[in-house]
Amino acid sequence: MTAADHQPDAPMNERALDRQARAEQRNLMALSLPAFILVGSLVLLPMGWLFWMSIYGADGFTAENYTRLLHPSYKKTLITTFELAFLVTGLCILLGYPLAYLASQLKPRMASLVLLCVLFPFWTSLLVRTYAWLVLLQRRGLINNWLMEWGLIDTPLKLVHNFTGTTIGMVHIMLPFFVLPLYASMKTVDYDLMKAASNLGASPVRAFWQIYVPLTLSGLGAGVILVFVLSLGFYVTPALLGGGRVMMWAMQIERSMAVYADWGAASALGVVLLVMTLGILWAFARLTGAIGATEGK
Amino acid sequence: MNDVTKTTGPANAGPDEAGPQGRDHALPISVRSLTKTYGAFHALNDVSIDIRNGEFMTLLGPSGSGKTTLLMVLAGFVRPDNGSVKFGEREILLLPPHKRDIGMVFQNYALFPHMTVADNLAYPLKLRRVGKAEIRERVERALDLVQLGGLGDRGIEALSGGQRQRVALARAVIFEPRILLMDEPLSALDKNLREQMQFEVRALHDRLGITTVYVTHDQREALTMSDRIAVINEGRIQQVDPPRKLYERPETFFVASFIGETYRLPVEVADGKASLFGQPVRTDSPLGSNAARQTLILRPEMLHIDEGAPEADENQMTGTLRQSVFQGDSIVSYITIHGDHEIAVRSQHRSDRSLPEPGSEVRLSWLVQDTVILPGDGRT
Repeated sequence: MTAADHQPDAPMNERALDRQARAEQRNLMALSLPAFILVGSLVLLPMGWLFWMSIYGADGFTAENYTRLLHPSYKKTLITTFELAFLVTGLCILLGYPLAYLASQLKPRMASLVLLCVLFPFWTSLLVRTYAWLVLLQRRGLINNWLMEWGLIDTPLKLVHNFTGTTIGMVHIMLPFFVLPLYASMKTVDYDLMKAASNLGASPVRAFWQIYVPLTLSGLGAGVILVFVLSLGFYVTPALLGGGRVMMWAMQIERSMAVYADWGAASALGVVLLVMTLGILWAFARLTGAIGATEGK
Repeated sequence: MNDVTKTTGPANAGPDEAGPQGRDHALPISVRSLTKTYGAFHALNDVSIDIRNGEFMTLLGPSGSGKTTLLMVLAGFVRPDNGSVKFGEREILLLPPHKRDIGMVFQNYALFPHMTVADNLAYPLKLRRVGKAEIRERVERALDLVQLGGLGDRGIEALSGGQRQRVALARAVIFEPRILLMDEPLSALDKNLREQMQFEVRALHDRLGITTVYVTHDQREALTMSDRIAVINEGRIQQVDPPRKLYERPETFFVASFIGETYRLPVEVADGKASLFGQPVRTDSPLGSNAARQTLILRPEMLHIDEGAPEADENQMTGTLRQSVFQGDSIVSYITIHGDHEIAVRSQHRSDRSLPEPGSEVRLSWLVQDTVILPGDGRT
């Protein structure tokens, strides 16, 4: 060290402190390395591969896998997929909102009983539940038998192997995903706000729409997005309860692989589903972000 | 008022013009035989009270006394078992809360978090189908009234506790209700702000001339703000009087002990004359009861240590000085009366006076007009 290096006025340890700060940051980064590796190797890498397969075939780069999707049969599948996702989400709102509200208003003991009833099917295997619906809904199933025994109908209703059966099964499976986040947000609503609205002159109906619903919007949004996105990519239930008549996007993917062994086509379908889902998530985030902004600021 | 949170802008632009809010259109409240039980618990036990037009009435009592239940019955959030409540001439007990047209400030403010300050204030006006231009004008004026001019676009989360308090206050009066209810509105504020808001709330009441029912468990707050105070305990109204009378002339032991500090000494009554350990005690009004065993209520600040004989308008008793404690500006003397009653008397420190020796006999004097004697031994 020379004399010029060591000026009495200069901050003596600046460089050493800097080095220490950087080392600390490095060490903290190292801690999250396993997570990075996991996400990278199990999510990003396969997704990149998927994308690569969709644009690189035996003859080099090709857009064939995507242009094929313009065919009317794919368009029909896309419409069915969205139709079902919208319908299931809508029915979940209609059934789930009152249910969550009931649970949020009950005393703790009763509320946990209701939530248990919501969760119980949730803990049962998806396949088991789907087959159970098959048993209930089929031509000679429980529901048709009862309805005929009571003389309500003469011929069995077509409840399964079609759009109706698929919708019933999907709503049942999706309901917990919708109710749980909604219930959580309903529990945080300060009931004094409803009293305040009432005191200020709002009828119960008005207070509900103008105060309660906006305050539960975050939970409602979380439930809607969960149900909608899960429904878009759903496979098992539509495959079994649709009886081959309800063609979902996920089933097209399976067919491309299992029937035609066309990995390029399957990859392209997967990429399109992924992009659509991300697009919806983004749009939703923008929408609720706008709502959140008026809420927070 | 010195308000550090006050912003620039139209805050100072005189809310002097009385406007529609300044007019005298308050309503009296008449409560008759109100009863409310929760199982075996009497939240309200045959409560009757008259609250005058434009009066600032405080319901004071410990927690669980029924004061909040009474307020909630007035607001319409609690359905009583029996009784009658009239606003003016109109029986309102069967009206749902949203048709009662009364302002209310909630303990935790209950401001809508998904609305701005201005939207919160506009809400009751929108429900009353007031025109847009008028809403804007009235919101502006209400914000000025509570010294929050220019903060209309803020979100509720961005406000301090005191500001939220003011918004809640403005929202409760913006639709010109004829009655204002307040449920411990200042309890969440720190001490300094609370004292300042006490004056602001009272000033607002005076400006609007609105009948106000204010619930608190803080006796000092009640004494500071109220025209009259109704002391409530165990679902019953104990006494309704102006602050000063309540303090000087408590009618029950509960009122005497709940408000201020009191000492109780047993007195014997014979032929309408009271005596304390053999010495006569005079009062300026006849005793309310002829019971032989009664109780003298004394407040420490009414007592003073005397050297000579009592003045004509004073009562006196003797005791033994146990200990004197020098506290700078004052001296606290602990005096034992008749063996087993101890009284602490605070007297001003004067450098020309020496402290009496512990063990010496001292005389305590108090004014005849300050003498309150209640029947019973004070244990009920």
